[in-house]
Amino acid sequence: MLQIKNLHAGIDNEEILKGINLEVKAGEIHAIMGPNGSGKSTLASVIAGKEEFEVTQGSISFEHEDIAALAPEERAHKGIFLSFQYPIEIPGVSVTNFIKTAINEGRKAKGMVDMPASEMLKMIREKAELLEMDRKFLSRSLNEGFSGGEKKRNEIFQMAMLEPKLAILDETDSGLDIDALRIVANGVNKLRNDKNAILVITHYQRLLDYIVPDFVHVLLDGKIVKSGTKELAYELEERGYDWIKEEVKIV
Amino acid sequence: MSLKDKLITSYFAVEDYIDADSHIHDLRNTAIKSFEEKGFPTKKEEAWKYTPLNAILKEDYCVFPKKENTIEFKDVKKYFLHEIDTYKIVFIDGIYSSFLSETTHDKVDVCLLSAALSKPKYKAVIENYFNKVAKDDSLTSLNTAFAKEGAYIVIPKHREVEKPIEIINFATGNEAALFLQPRNLIVVEENAHVQIIERHQSLTSNPVFTNVVTEIFTEKNASIDYYKIQNDNHSASLIDSTFLLQEQGSNACVHTFSFGGKLTRNNLNFYQKGERNNSTLKGVTIIEENQLVDHHTLVNHIAPNCESHQNYKGIFAGKSTGVFNGKIIVEKEAQKTDAFQQNNNILITDNATINSKPQLEIFADDVKCSHGCTIGQLDEEAMFYMQTRGIHKKEAQALLMFAFASNVLESVKIPELKARITKLIANKIGVDLGFNL
Ligand SMILES: Nc1ncnc2c1ncn2[C@@H]1O[C@H](COP(=O)(O)OP(=O)(O)OP(=O)(O)O)[C@@H](O)[C@H]1O
Ligand SMILES: [Mg+2]
Repeated sequence: MLQIKNLHAGIDNEEILKGINLEVKAGEIHAIMGPNGSGKSTLASVIAGKEEFEVTQGSISFEHEDIAALAPEERAHKGIFLSFQYPIEIPGVSVTNFIKTAINEGRKAKGMVDMPASEMLKMIREKAELLEMDRKFLSRSLNEGFSGGEKKRNEIFQMAMLEPKLAILDETDSGLDIDALRIVANGVNKLRNDKNAILVITHYQRLLDYIVPDFVHVLLDGKIVKSGTKELAYELEERGYDWIKEEVKIV
Repeated sequence: MSLKDKLITSYFAVEDYIDADSHIHDLRNTAIKSFEEKGFPTKKEEAWKYTPLNAILKEDYCVFPKKENTIEFKDVKKYFLHEIDTYKIVFIDGIYSSFLSETTHDKVDVCLLSAALSKPKYKAVIENYFNKVAKDDSLTSLNTAFAKEGAYIVIPKHREVEKPIEIINFATGNEAALFLQPRNLIVVEENAHVQIIERHQSLTSNPVFTNVVTEIFTEKNASIDYYKIQNDNHSASLIDSTFLLQEQGSNACVHTFSFGGKLTRNNLNFYQKGERNNSTLKGVTIIEENQLVDHHTLVNHIAPNCESHQNYKGIFAGKSTGVFNGKIIVEKEAQKTDAFQQNNNILITDNATINSKPQLEIFADDVKCSHGCTIGQLDEEAMFYMQTRGIHKKEAQALLMFAFASNVLESVKIPELKARITKLIANKIGVDLGFNL
């Protein structure tokens, strides 16, 4: 589904991603872990198409199509979704109206007519229920004054509404309390099937108890330096990153 | 002949015929002298530095339209707030249209200045209020000299006018170029309340230049909500000088929506004479091409324990120019004043400009006074966020602009008007509102 080859990207001549190789197949869950500032969010943004970052080498393809030249919204229409580490506040636009606009823009891109209002309403209800979201959030301005956890839950609500093929969850767990983490993770799991895939970025093994990864990658200074199975996440939790840094030095 | 000379000549040609034996006549004579001395403002004056009038003054305006012109209601219906019942004071090319108007003398006076100036029963009110808060700057003086027609609204004590009042000035384009000088007088007596909507609308692309003066008096505990809709053709220019004198405990709120016109200058002046007054000044400006909108506000805090809130937002595209000059004077006696001023702007293009300047003159020591001004582009991060959800960049931009501008509408108290303005803003910005925000 997603194929990244020797990806180099940066900003203002400062290289942040220094040769990433990653392949995610339909039905898989991949986790990316790594110290602060190693480039996890940058990788997520580059996949989603943030123009601020310049891709200097390598390629990103999605479902066998090079997507490097596509605008973020076009990537979204193809089925890529990014849940932000720091969701943006958009005053004056309610959650409901925002998601309606997003869904109908996606349908327009596919040559479909707007989703009928009743169907939209039903879907919004269902997904809000799935994430045990208080209805009052739906009429509030998007993320404005939301707590950290509420913002994250709202990201997953949008994911549930948009039903992406590839969901990139950038530290969705940070800010969620223990109960909320379980609810949100269960929500994500219910959205899974063998046709979609998830890339989770996290600092903590705890999330991976719920959203169980097939592969765990360690990103260090813009490169994936180690990949393994879910046991690697336990090892990182236990031992930190120093031993990996040592390994990299020796190599 | 320059417009100035033409105006002065025409004044002396007609002066003997208008209210020759009333005290108004003396006011007119003084006013025309003041205008003659000062002339039209030029860019040399600080207050007019960014707002050049020369291009507008070049037209050969008809200054006294004589013909009575008519318009079919169906042709202008859209300019009225026709969804609800309102009083209407309508002028066509400066002349009152009884056909399009709906005035009243039932408990309140919603009628014409021409009648008030000529009939003895209004003499006391005219003597007490007419030209009492308007200043003698050149353009206001010019208006005073010629003031003949406009809205005359007096709301007696304890009355709440149940319907909003619309004051609409149409220009038909029957004159090649038209100069209009409406003059409005509004008195809201003790504990009374009124809602007023004012607009100037040209129906063709013939040049129109309007120099309107409005005086508003709010007596003790009175309140007024005043809405100015400035969405005229790009061939029409407007200089609007509005003066409010507030007595103790009164509440005055003026919203100015500036979307149209070639050049629009708002001189909005609040004088807080009594204690515990509340003044609100809000504005949304969205312009493009070569349009210019200039807001010069003044809040003069004269008495203690008063509040003022100013919130102006502007979105500038094309080669448009915005000016915001917000002056707050807190006089020595005006202790415990709470004055707030905010002016936020978004420049969409590199060729658009905004000149924003707060001007605070504070002579009291125990006051709360804050001001802020921002000039920026649209938030890139917010745009990226929306794009990752599949919303096109253009649509994302429009939504952000819409959200930016429309929060000023929260204080619009007439729901139908709010819906109208919301739609106007959406149209201006090009956002397709499949929903109500
Ligand atoms: N817009 C930017 N301008 C300049 N530097 C940037 C920008 N975005 C990211 N960087 C830098 O790139 C590096 C990687 O940042 P990134 O946000 O991808 O890290 P991360 O792995 O997500 O960290 P964290 O775990 O703290 O979220 C950091 O050194 C950061 O300062
Ligand atoms: Mg990050």
